Amino acid sequence: MSALLSLRSYLYRYRAATIGGFLFLICANITALFLPYLISLAIDSLQAGGNGSILVRYAILIIIAGAVQAVLAFFGRYFQAKASRQIEYELRTDLFKHFEKLELDYFQHHKVGDLVARATNDLTAIRSMLGPGISNLMNTIVAFTVTITFMLTIDIQLTLYAAIILPMITVVFIVVGRQIEHRYKAVQDQFGEVSAHAQENLSGIRIIKAYRQEDHELEAFRAANHKYMMLSISYARIYAILWPAMFFLAGIASVILLWRGGLDVIHGRISLGQLVQFMGYLAQLTWPMIAFGWVVNLFQQGSASMIRINEVMQHAPTIADPIKMSERSTKLILKGKVEFHHVTFSYGEHEVLHDINLKVDAGSSLAIVGPTGSGKSTLVNLVPRLFDVDQGQLVIDDIDVHEIPLASLRHQIGFVPQETFLFSIPLSENIGFGVPSLSEQRMQEVMESAQLAKDVDDFPHGTATMIGERGVTLSGGQKQRTALARAIAKDPSILILDDAMSSVDTHTEAEILGHLRNVMQGRTTIVISHRCSTVKNLDYIIVLDEGRIVEEGNHEQLLQKHGLYAEMYRRQLIGEELEETENGDLFSGR
Amino acid sequence: MATFFQEDEILGKAYDARIMRRLLTYVRPYLRLSIVALVFLILLSLVDLVGPALIGYGIDHYIAPTTQTLSETQRSIGLLEVSTIYLFVLIIGLILRYLHVLFLSIIGQRIMFDMRSQMFDHLQRLSLSYFDHNPVGRLMTRLTNDVDALNEMFTSGAISILGDVLTILGITILLLVINWQLALVTFVVLPPLFWIASYFRVAMRDNFRAIRVRLARINAYIAENIGGMYIVQLFNREQRNFEQFDELNRDYLHQSIRSLLYFISFSSITNFLSAVAIALIIWYGGGRVLVGALTIGALVAYLQYVDRFFLPVRDLAEKYNILQSAMASSERIFKVLDESATIQDPSVPVEFGNVQGEIEFKDVWFAYNPGDWVLKGISFNIRAGERVAFVGATGAGKTSLISLISRFYDIQKGEILVDSIDVRNVRQKDLRKHVGAVLQDPFIFSGTVASNIRLHEELISDEKIHKAAEYVNAAHFIEQLPEKYNQEVRERGAGLSVGQKQLLAFARAIAFNPEILLILDEATSSVDTETEVLIEDALNKLMLNRTSIIIAHRLSTIRNVDRIIVMHKGRIVEQGTHEQLLDQQGVYRRLYDFQYAQ
Repeated sequence: MSALLSLRSYLYRYRAATIGGFLFLICANITALFLPYLISLAIDSLQAGGNGSILVRYAILIIIAGAVQAVLAFFGRYFQAKASRQIEYELRTDLFKHFEKLELDYFQHHKVGDLVARATNDLTAIRSMLGPGISNLMNTIVAFTVTITFMLTIDIQLTLYAAIILPMITVVFIVVGRQIEHRYKAVQDQFGEVSAHAQENLSGIRIIKAYRQEDHELEAFRAANHKYMMLSISYARIYAILWPAMFFLAGIASVILLWRGGLDVIHGRISLGQLVQFMGYLAQLTWPMIAFGWVVNLFQQGSASMIRINEVMQHAPTIADPIKMSERSTKLILKGKVEFHHVTFSYGEHEVLHDINLKVDAGSSLAIVGPTGSGKSTLVNLVPRLFDVDQGQLVIDDIDVHEIPLASLRHQIGFVPQETFLFSIPLSENIGFGVPSLSEQRMQEVMESAQLAKDVDDFPHGTATMIGERGVTLSGGQKQRTALARAIAKDPSILILDDAMSSVDTHTEAEILGHLRNVMQGRTTIVISHRCSTVKNLDYIIVLDEGRIVEEGNHEQLLQKHGLYAEMYRRQLIGEELEETENGDLFSGR
Repeated sequence: MATFFQEDEILGKAYDARIMRRLLTYVRPYLRLSIVALVFLILLSLVDLVGPALIGYGIDHYIAPTTQTLSETQRSIGLLEVSTIYLFVLIIGLILRYLHVLFLSIIGQRIMFDMRSQMFDHLQRLSLSYFDHNPVGRLMTRLTNDVDALNEMFTSGAISILGDVLTILGITILLLVINWQLALVTFVVLPPLFWIASYFRVAMRDNFRAIRVRLARINAYIAENIGGMYIVQLFNREQRNFEQFDELNRDYLHQSIRSLLYFISFSSITNFLSAVAIALIIWYGGGRVLVGALTIGALVAYLQYVDRFFLPVRDLAEKYNILQSAMASSERIFKVLDESATIQDPSVPVEFGNVQGEIEFKDVWFAYNPGDWVLKGISFNIRAGERVAFVGATGAGKTSLISLISRFYDIQKGEILVDSIDVRNVRQKDLRKHVGAVLQDPFIFSGTVASNIRLHEELISDEKIHKAAEYVNAAHFIEQLPEKYNQEVRERGAGLSVGQKQLLAFARAIAFNPEILLILDEATSSVDTETEVLIEDALNKLMLNRTSIIIAHRLSTIRNVDRIIVMHKGRIVEQGTHEQLLDQQGVYRRLYDFQYAQ
């Protein structure tokens, strides 16, 4: 329940509505007390053999009381529920804003589905707790206090009889509540298992079919599903007692009232009207009491959800704007000189980069090669601060990256990641993703550079074509070239290609790089690639192995060294060289 | 990308007889339990009616009798008796209510189990084309949220509405029996109540739809943005994307506040009407008491009944919503279940004998979408044990061709024969037992390294797994893992490199040892040179001693096959060995120059 403390500031913001709603509810409950009172007066007057005109007066008063009560209750509930929806809105807003600040590392360690669930299902649970939950809780508290106070003023003894059930309710909740929580968690966990199984099966359906594993898969799914059912039933066994128990306890109160109160009437201590009045009050308490079981459930789910939201919100972004900005950083225009000074970086225990020293002059091009897992992507991810260095310094234009505002740093870097991610928006918006607007002419230029223009001609609506599920599905190469266009459109000082053309064929890649050389004149380019044909024309090449720079220099120099690079180059060319010797001068023309 | 929009295209009516009938078929296996639950419900409705009657009886006979025939002691004892009976009635009510709720939960859970299993089973039978058009996210929603919505209907919606109706009916009858004139006067409030209920029903239905659509939009937007948050950040789009999100969020807020207004107005008006009913009872009923046509006890009982009459009416709106979303969910579920597999096993399947591995295409025409031909009259013959590579530019139809041999899709014209048997004349299972496939994106399941090679096939021994891994050069990296073959691999093979995943997929293919092997090995350069050498070597070993069809981009594998078939725009344009084709100076030559020249 302490998780709920983080709701304080939100409730505070809507204090007027919350407190106003609360006051209305109190008034509504007090008004509601008049109904049984009026009824009791009517009955006592009936017993005394009263007359018809008094009854008419009581009837009219009852209608008035009913109308006033309905209006007051309306406003009470409305204010409160509206506040709950507004808080839901604000929580979702804050959550989204927070997501926007979180670093890549966070998203790599959390499943998308889980985070989405937090922003939707969990928020709905919190809303239910704040809306119906709080308003019913308040209603229950107010109804009990107001009604019981009023009952006490009429007759203490009778009130105590009726109040006997209160401790019983508490006991039921303590005993049952604990079990419920325990079993509910088991059910939720197993549900996760079932979903995970189905998700994996559906994603890998091709393999399942190719290897005829359908029946086995069904068996495994049924087992997980069955366990889920059994756990749910075991949960139901306990859960099912709550609501009937509340009904029962309310009934017990009226039995006691009938018996003890009846005796009091027989002995002339109270009037029949008063007994009926008490019964009326009890009836008014029945619903809040039954609702209380539901409220407890809402609070339990709400606080569980709040814990999940807090987990996200309390994770402070590790990559944020500098506290101390460089004086020069306000100028914002970077030339693109990038230096690594003794940079070390680890994922958890695992050291990925070790003591990297590197200088890329403004306007020059750098190639990074090396085996999978040697730290190439990590190295370039440090530049736009997708990750932060652990030790050492990363300096751009003689300013430590930590002193450059994030927005202006990233504004001047065009980044094409290894895994392409495009949004389900029109192609033109994907390309212009990083700029406020893109002129038609500039769009064409950018698409030419990325060799995308020809493909676009085949799309149903040209650049207005929707990308993704509701529109066209792009091939791997088209996606990568779109991502490249998106980066170039920013007109960046530093362009980074992280193995960004793996699905583009060698020929097209060569053409793209040719174009890029013009586009990137005077800007810094950093390229990761496995293809020697790509890297050999760049100004400087470094070879990474197990997080260290093992070789560096230009293509010619590296070939001279007869090291890793030379070996890699030889291997890649071996096939082609063979062809050349076998087929004579076949390739001499190219 | 976004997968959440489309599921709300079906929004449903609150009651649809056709769907309801079909839903009832799921109840049939639990008919006995359901009848018991129903009987309990009826008994419960009756038992609940006893309380006010006992109170009325107690008042009239013992608490405030009109004739003074009993002594105070006799009245006290009588009252104790009535109270004791009331207590017993309550205990019976408690038991009935508990069992009723429990039985409903059990029935609901069992039906959910059945439905989920049925849907999962059905999905396993559907053809691949279905999965091409239905993203995983959408199907997951069917299996989880939609089934849950149905559960809610079974446990708290439909059945409790039935209970409410019974209660209301029972009370109405009792009121008429106690005093029909008073009952008729009280019923004056019913016409406005019905009118208001039907007005709100329509308004809330539309509002309910609007809310669902908006929530779906929010979900989709968040999902996509979380998936690509680093792109949002790299391109400084935080503010603009937030503004777009805020628009969706605000829109949802407005709709949800409107729904609130409906709910609260409805319950406030109902409350007011119940006060009016009480006033009518006091006025008219009181008058009847004065003329001696009604006892005070009966009047008190009357008041209590009216109170109980309004209780179920108040949350009718909520139950209506449950019903509506359940109907929408069942319609979506049934849509999945009604999807028939486009590829069916033959009614009289032909059994394979000893499979040799000969493949023949006879004038095969194939299109994913009618008229949009991907393969146009393809004919070729592959001898048992022959190794054939298909080459061609992207979109030439190579991948489709491979899917057809496994019969993942059916062709429109022509014949595909394996050992001279049409693939449509054998069971898909039998066919795929002999035709193995290594797919482009090696799919890794969560489990262990060993379970990824063996899948669920218990017959594949550990030894066989080790041998397979060794054969395809996967053993080396597996041995270096801390737990070796028992190393846990996570969903989608996170932690393994692309190359390692590929080797693992090769080991899987070898362990299953099919007579015909189809290999889809499209270009990717994301593999380092060392692994590349291992993969090349493994590919050549995979193709040994079996009919192999490979879609290759590696020169070394292409050079090792017996024949190369060159495809262009859905037709076969050239075939022959590598050398022969180079000499032809045709399409292959051009492709070759593009791909491998510097």
